[in-house]
Formats: sequence, C-alpha cells, structure tokens
Amino acid sequence: MLSSAPSTNAVRGRVHSWETMGTVDGPGIRYVVFMQGCPLRCLYCHNPDCQAITGGQEHTVEEILQDILRYRSYLRHGGVTVSGGEPLMQPAFVAALLQECQRWGLHTALDTSGCASLEAAAMVIPYADLVLLDIKSGDPELYRTVTGGSLTPTVAIARYLAELGKPVWIRYVLVPGLTDQPHNIGAVADFVATLGNVLRVEVLPFHKMGEYKWMELGLDYRLKETPEPTPDQVRLAKQIFGDRQLPVT
Amino acid sequence: MDRECSEVFSEGQRSQWHGFKSGTWTETVEVRDFIQKNYREYLGAGDFLASATSDTLKLWDRVKQLMQQEQERGILDVDTALPSSITSHAAGYIDRELERVVGLQTDAPLKRGIMPLGGIRMVKSALEAYGYQLDPQTEEIFTRYRKTHNEGVFDAYTEDMRQVRRSGVVTGLPDAYGRGRIIGDYRRVALYGVDYLIADKQQQLRSLEVDVIDEPVIRLREELSEQIRALKELMAMAASYGFDISAPAGTAQEAFQWLYFAYLGAVKEQNGAAMSLGRISTFLDIYCERDLALGRSSEVALQELVDQFVMKLRMVRFLRTPDYNELFSGDPTWVTEVIGGMGEDGRSLVTKNSFRFLHTLYTLGPAPEPNLTVLWSEQLPVGFKRFCAQTSVDTSSIQYENDDLMLPYYGDDYGIACCVSAMRIGKQMQFFGARVNLAKALLYAINGGRDEKSGAQVAPAMPPLTDEVLEIDGVLAQLGRVLPWLARTYVNTLNVIHYMHDKYCYERLEMALHDRDVYRTMACGIAGLSVVTDSLSAIKYATVRPIRDERGLAVDFAIEGTYPAYGNNDDRADQFAVWLVQAMMQELRQQKTYRDAVPTQSVLTITSNVVYGKKTGATPDGRAAGIPFAPGANPLHGRDCCGAIASLASVAKLPYADAQDGISNTFSIVPKALGRTAAEQVENLVAMLDGYVHDRGHHLNVNVLQRETLLEAMEHPEQYPQLTIRVSGYAVNFVKLTREQQLDVIQRTFHERC
Repeated sequence: MLSSAPSTNAVRGRVHSWETMGTVDGPGIRYVVFMQGCPLRCLYCHNPDCQAITGGQEHTVEEILQDILRYRSYLRHGGVTVSGGEPLMQPAFVAALLQECQRWGLHTALDTSGCASLEAAAMVIPYADLVLLDIKSGDPELYRTVTGGSLTPTVAIARYLAELGKPVWIRYVLVPGLTDQPHNIGAVADFVATLGNVLRVEVLPFHKMGEYKWMELGLDYRLKETPEPTPDQVRLAKQIFGDRQLPVT
Repeated sequence: MDRECSEVFSEGQRSQWHGFKSGTWTETVEVRDFIQKNYREYLGAGDFLASATSDTLKLWDRVKQLMQQEQERGILDVDTALPSSITSHAAGYIDRELERVVGLQTDAPLKRGIMPLGGIRMVKSALEAYGYQLDPQTEEIFTRYRKTHNEGVFDAYTEDMRQVRRSGVVTGLPDAYGRGRIIGDYRRVALYGVDYLIADKQQQLRSLEVDVIDEPVIRLREELSEQIRALKELMAMAASYGFDISAPAGTAQEAFQWLYFAYLGAVKEQNGAAMSLGRISTFLDIYCERDLALGRSSEVALQELVDQFVMKLRMVRFLRTPDYNELFSGDPTWVTEVIGGMGEDGRSLVTKNSFRFLHTLYTLGPAPEPNLTVLWSEQLPVGFKRFCAQTSVDTSSIQYENDDLMLPYYGDDYGIACCVSAMRIGKQMQFFGARVNLAKALLYAINGGRDEKSGAQVAPAMPPLTDEVLEIDGVLAQLGRVLPWLARTYVNTLNVIHYMHDKYCYERLEMALHDRDVYRTMACGIAGLSVVTDSLSAIKYATVRPIRDERGLAVDFAIEGTYPAYGNNDDRADQFAVWLVQAMMQELRQQKTYRDAVPTQSVLTITSNVVYGKKTGATPDGRAAGIPFAPGANPLHGRDCCGAIASLASVAKLPYADAQDGISNTFSIVPKALGRTAAEQVENLVAMLDGYVHDRGHHLNVNVLQRETLLEAMEHPEQYPQLTIRVSGYAVNFVKLTREQQLDVIQRTFHERC
C-alpha cells in the first residue's frame, strides 16, 4: 500500500475548479471537485465551462488531496464529491483521488451522468461510497435531444451498480416543456424501481444560474425562454417517483 | 465564617433552599458549585416547549406599540433632571395585571434616565439631539459641585493622547460614558438574598483591617463600603415594588424576579457600553425543575416567566448621542446571555431553560436583545445543537462562541461581556479598551508617522518610505517602529480612563456581585485586520506604487498584478493576519497597566468598521479612501471567493492565545447554500459549527438570509420591524441601522454558491 501511494498520488487530472462548502451534491458538507470535460451537451447544463476537455488545470491527486485535507474538520459528516464535467472521462485520476480520500476516512461520492464505458465505471466505483446518477430522460429519443448523447451507457451503469448493491441517489432535472412529460418521468421511475439499490431520488428543479456562463463562452443558450418549474410541477414529478415507492426528496 | 453570616445563612437554608443539594455553596458565595450540584442536564429536543400565553402576547403588543413610537421619535421619553440611580425613580409598570416579572429603569416603560457620572457633556448633547434640555440645576451640580469621569479623564490626558484620539488611530474610547463590560453575578441575589451578601461584604471589609493601609487597601475599602451601600439600595428598590429580597428566592418566579432586580439595579445606575447578563438560564432552570417537581408550576407558566423576563431585557434603554449610534447602531445594550457549553465533569450545561430562552425568538419573535450567545462545543447534546441551528436558520439572531477553546481558560462558569469577551462570572472583570485602527497605523508607517488625512505628525517622526514601489521588508520594519509607540500610547490612555472611571463612576452594584479580589484584564483591541493583511500581501506579491500628494503623503496606491487575499485559506496572506495579531499582542504585553490588569486583545469592530473606514485614507490593498473596513476579523467584502469554508478556515487560524478578548467573525449565507431541505440545512449548519470549533475558530455570527430580504427591508422598513441581523458580536434590528451601515451589510459577502 505505502509503496504504491506515491505513484497513485502522482496521477494527473484536468480539474475545472473546487468548492469548499458543497451542500447539494451528496450528504452533508462536501468538498466538491469539478472535473474538466464532458461527452454530453445538455441543453440546461449549468457548468458549460466544464464541457471542453481542453480547459481547466492539470493537478496531481496529491495536490487535490492535500487541499481537501485542510477542510477535514468540516467534512466529517459529509465528505468529498467528484463532479464535473463528467468524472468518468478521467477514471484513473478519479479512482486514485477517491481511494486516497477513503484512506483518510472521508466519505466519497461520484456524481455522474453514466455516459461512460463500463470499464471506466468499474475502475472508479469501488472507491465511491455513494454514486449520484443523473438520468436525464427516460425516453431514449428525448435523451438524445436533451443531451446529445445516448441513454444506453447510463442504463448499463445503473444495472451494474444495482448488481453490486452500491448505494445510489438518482437525480432527475425537471425542465418545463422539455423533461416534464409524465410518460418520460414515468419511464425513468419505472426503471429506477427495478434497481433496488436506490436510497434517494432527487428531483432537481431547472434553474438558470448557469446562463451567464453560456453567454461568457459565446454559446447559444436555448432555454432562455424556459421558466423554472412551479412548485406544483415539482410536486407532480415527485409524485411519479413516489408512486413507485421510491424515496424521493 | 462570622456570627452574622451563619445566622442569615441558616435561616435561608431552612426554607428557600429546601430540596437543593448542599455543597461548598452553602458555606460561601459560590454559585458555580450550586449549579453543578443541582442542575439537570436535558438531552432531548425542543418538543416540550410551550407557546406564549395570552397575557404575554397582550403585554408584548403593548411594548411593541411603545417601541414603534420610540422608533419614530428617536426616544420615547426621558427624565431630564433626576439622575438615574438604583432608587431614583418610583416603581414603574407596563401593565401591572399582566406582568409576571416587574421593574423598569425609570417610572415608565422605555423612558430613559440620565447618568451624568460618566460625563455631563454627553448627557447634555444627547438630550439636545433629541430635542430636550438638561435641567439647569442638574447641569450646575455636575459641573460645579460634582466632577464626572469624563472631566477627570480630560484633566489627565496628555497631548499625545489627545492627538491619537483626534486622528482616530485610537478610537471608540469609553472616556465620555460608562465603560461597561462588567458582569455582576446577578444570580447571587436570587440564591443568597441580599442580607447574606451584605454580611459577606462586611466580612470582606473587616478582612482588610491590616497593618499597612496603603493605597490599594484604601481604595478597596472604599469600594467595599460603596458596594454595601449599593446592596442596601437594591433592597430598597425591590421594596418599592413590594418585594423583600433580603432573603433568598424561594420559587422560580422569585428567582427570576430577584435576579432581574439585581440586573435592573445595575442598568439603573450604569450606562455601560455593554451591560451583559452573564450565564443565568441554567441557574434559573434549577428553580424551574424544583417547581415542576413540586407541582407548583407548569411548562406554560415557566415559558411565560422566561418570555416576560426576556421582554424586560429587550426594554433596557440608555440615553446616547447620535455620534455613538453612528458607531454602534441600533441602540445596542449587549444584554449578553450565554447558553449551553460544557461542564468540567463532561456533562453539558444544557437544560430545558436553554431551550426556553432561545424559544423566546419564536414566542416574541426575533430581536437583537438579549444578545443570545450559544457556547458551542462539539460535545453538546445533538438535540440542542439542532435546535440552535434551526433557530439560526429561522431568526438569524444567535451568535456562537467556542466553548472547547475557552473552557480551559475560564472553566465552566464564564459569561461573555458585550460580544466576545469571556470572563469568569463574579470573579473577573475587564477594563474595556475599544480599539486601535491598524490600517491607519500602517499608513503612518508608510508616511513617516504623519496622518494621511490631516497631515499632522501623530506618531513619532521617522523617515517616510520614499521608494517608488513599496518593498515588504521596508514596510514591515517601519510598522515595527509604529506598533510599540501605538501600544504604549494606547495603554497609557486606557490607564487614565480606568483610573478616572473607578474614581468617579464606580460600578458599585455590579462589583458588589463579585468576589473581593477580582482578576482584571486590560481589554485592548484592533480594527482593520483584513485591510492591513491584504495590504501586506499586495506589497509582497503584487507591485504597489504609492501615489503621493504635494505634502509627500501617500494618499493612494496603484497596484499591478494580483495578490492572495485573506479569507481564501491561503497561507501566503493568512500568515500576515496571524503575525499582526501576535505582533500587536506582543507590544501590549510590554505595557504597564492600571491596577496591574493583564493585557488582552480583541479583533472586533461591532458596526464601527464603517466609521473607521471613513476616517482612513486609501490603503495598499486597493481599498479606496473612506470605504468601510470588514467587521472584526472578517475578510474584506467579496475578497473571500473560495467558498464559505475556506473563509472560515482563514479566520480560524488567528491565535486565540494572542487575542483572548475575542475574535469576531460574521457569516452570512443564503438558505439554499446550506442545503436543499430544511433538515439538511440544520444538519449542515451543525457540521459547519462543529468544524469551525474543531479548528479553533473563536466566534461566529450566523445569518441565514437572502440579500433581497434586506433590500426589501430598506424599501419598506415598516414591514420589517423585527428583522434581526447579526453584525459583529451583536445583533441589530436591520431597520435601525443608518443607511450607510445597511448598505455595508448588504455589500458583505453572502455565501451563496451551491
């Protein structure tokens, strides 16, 4: 173990940024590492600056770890979440970072869209105490419209996590006029209900806090006119999950 | 023990102490021992709590109406002739039928008294500011026949002292009003009754019949005699309300009433800058538990007592000048009450009364007073932690201080005076010393000791820095010459002030509720820490060019490049903050102090950060002239940009050992950034406080609100009469702040990323 540590900790990854008081990506107060690069192009993405694989800054696992450890006192009931971007695009780095965090007794979470190979997922998942899995749509066609990618890998990873019995939180972003059709939500809920390892379903109301980043990047933000969902719309969406006996918040 | 004492004591024991476990407290005045032997820790949640009674609500409505009128007029009413003392005014009531705890500072609610012993000039100008005239006879008495503290101070001030005061490098000095920050052990009156306390003081007086009657002995003998006189007056005042407090309190109602009378006596006589209450809720809980066990009371009745007691504390008023309000806005009185904390034996001091007192923020709504201060320990019962966090999320009215850090210094029966000043109750006091303006001191270092605004030579002349680009070594060397002078002049000034305060404005009653020999600290302070820290960081890591005017004074600075700022958990900047605290304390420790007080230091500004900023020229960190400092030990507005925890981590690095008078940090966060659900917000706030305390952060004001709410309250103050916000070490009604201070609060960092 000790002899392998220096080499593991020297693994480099492209990191967009970090937040010292994350409170919405997993339980408790979390140090959140935002990885650079994402294969999807979600219309509502609130971190479009994390999409390109060329941005960010290279850091070693050791560098990030040392920074995390400075906040250990605050993370005792929370932990570390690796988000992005898509963390599974850099599986060696993320696996090494989460492994190191676990060795320091920190709870670890992986926040992923599941848009990655099973091999990449299999590298990281052993070191994640919890997986936050975004399922952006139940209908494969709509999935492609929303994300520009395919639903298939996400489904595969979800099943793989279920086989392992890995604790999972499912997250569903509710966008009025885009992902709010009951049959679409129902399809996600039906699938999630078959998994058996889901501790929580979070319905995340669409917000426009990332809009300014699209402008800064000179990108065309297509949801300009889309309103945030009303409390009733959120309630209805939650109900669809709740009807399947899923623990929804 | 002499004969008189034992007689009084045995009578007390017979009746009022029935059911209490005895201990050393039954032999000698030792409230802590009584608490430790008798309190019952409460480990549950807040579900036992009762709502306000209809009598309480009726009474509170009446008080709120009066407060509304007061807000419109500035002050509701004032006695312009009769100086306020323990017995000066006849009994006053709000509505006698509804009141469970009685007693007002004067003969009518919210009517202010004048306390000229601190200074007749301040009384006169405060009255005139509100459209009143000081009674000519009173004025004559306190100018011709009776000298005041203020006059004494100015008789003895040296030219140097006048100059530092004028320039504002030393500021906020208690030289024209009461110094405050002394906490009487008001519990003693309830536990022992006044007869016993008088007998005890008489014995102390006899203990000073020694061979050599030198100055310290003479002074103390006179003080003890004054204390005895004050205790007798306290009994007379209580009698005017129909109560005989010569004997101990026998019920919870009496305990609240006796204790309140003791505090009331103090605020009738002293217009102290901070008139803090101490640590009373768990003490009083013992009486509450006994009444519950005897079937003499109910939860509803006990909450009613707490509510009405707290309502009285919310009504404490002093007559102050608009100048003072500009410094410390919102009519603060710092009726600080500490709640919670751990005992030396490992039990927490949390009782049901800890909950009941915090619950007043719901029963009566949020309010700045009393200044509810939770002594936070990682070991506190989880039910209480959650209740506190929930109350913070709902009301933004609580401050937290690190009990794990302070307990080794002060034991488990200390209170907080004012905002962050810890002291053992009844055993320790401080000489309040306001603060020096470190940012100005830095500019003096750069400008050869001359004031950047007036051009006057304030610090001793030294060659100014004439480099085109400021070099860190040169600046630190110059600062190293300014700080010793500053510390010396500052402490000398404080020595004058406290000599005169003891002489002309002695706190007879508060000190009567102390032991004979108290531990004294000389509580110095610094303002502008983050400004100087960032300035030094800028000088070291960026390129800073002074822009000098025709007088050769650096009045602005051009900065090229970037520098690490304090508040981002970056040691390159934070180490300057640590160094400044240590360096200043090092200088203060060298000074000879009045009554051999032990020098301490605070990093605290209250709301005065706005005024200090106004008086200070541009600084090398890029702050423009006149712009407010950050409050207390806070990073400068908007410069802490690595998230909430990074900001906390920077402040937690400041060494408490070198700032034992407290390190104030004010933290504002929007609710959403604390968590998605209400339950998560509470859990995360608990974890955040645990983390800050674990990392040895000292103090944290917690505001959980939206900036929009404050903007809305600026537009429609009438809709937000009770909107309370923590500023620096205390809380204020937001609508009572000056417009400048409101804008300052709104511009502060709100942690909102999520």
